Amino acid sequence: MTLNAYLILSALLFCIGLFGVLRRKNLLMLFFSTEIMLNACNIGFVAVSRHYGDLTGQMFSFFIVAIAASEVAIGLGLLILWFKKKNSIDLDSLSKMKG
Amino acid sequence: MYEIIAFYLFSFLTVGMFAITVTTNNVLYALSSLAAGMIFISAFFFILDADFLGVVQIVVYTGAVMALYAFGMMFFDSLSGIDEKIASPRLVFLLSGLIALCIVLIFSFPLIDVGIVAHAPVHPSWGNTQDVGIVLFTKYLVAFEVAAVMLLVAMIGGIILAGKKMDISYSSLSEEEITRLEKKDEK
Repeated sequence: MTLNAYLILSALLFCIGLFGVLRRKNLLMLFFSTEIMLNACNIGFVAVSRHYGDLTGQMFSFFIVAIAASEVAIGLGLLILWFKKKNSIDLDSLSKMKG
Repeated sequence: MYEIIAFYLFSFLTVGMFAITVTTNNVLYALSSLAAGMIFISAFFFILDADFLGVVQIVVYTGAVMALYAFGMMFFDSLSGIDEKIASPRLVFLLSGLIALCIVLIFSFPLIDVGIVAHAPVHPSWGNTQDVGIVLFTKYLVAFEVAAVMLLVAMIGGIILAGKKMDISYSSLSEEEITRLEKKDEK
């Protein structure tokens, strides 16, 4: 397959994740959509890495995986705290600073 | 030939699974379809000769991240529906339109790859795992160590954030003690 096919797939998956971020009001779904977007980036990096015969893209993918893992740990911890406080994981319960 | 078949098969599966994830109202369905999509994505890494990354993808995402989400879900009353009304559909429409325009522009640009030299070239005779190990522990050693520290910080942060007041077991307390605790929380 050509590089373009992989890049188009990557962009498509990124758009699905972006749609999720824009559309959903459930904070847990927002985390899921973020994971989708990070994975879409990974596919793009690895495809470019293969295209040039270079390992740098794969290295970046490793670090993205590490970032995704720590994001989940911290994000879920904060979400659990918020849920204990407000008893809701609705995104609109966060809009306290509305002017 | 096999690569083309595998590419199309797994791209349809991945797109379908992620579409289910972002559109379904059931969190349990979203979680399972996300896990399936992550495994299907690892297939692309295997097709692209990034074997080690494919294994890492399966281990980290379906082993660690999904287990973490499954445990996290137990804290939330997530099966009760959340009102997903969009307050300003015009804004969402505008944002989606702008993003679509950006992507069209990105794809219509010509690929400029004159004079790009591989900094860490692939050695097919070594195998992917060895290749990755050598590059990771020479060129990217500092970044690797920083990532390790970041994961440690995230772990400690996660434990401290989620583990607050988990040393108190409500089932071993009497009713009066529980009401007293809850009153103290409300203050």
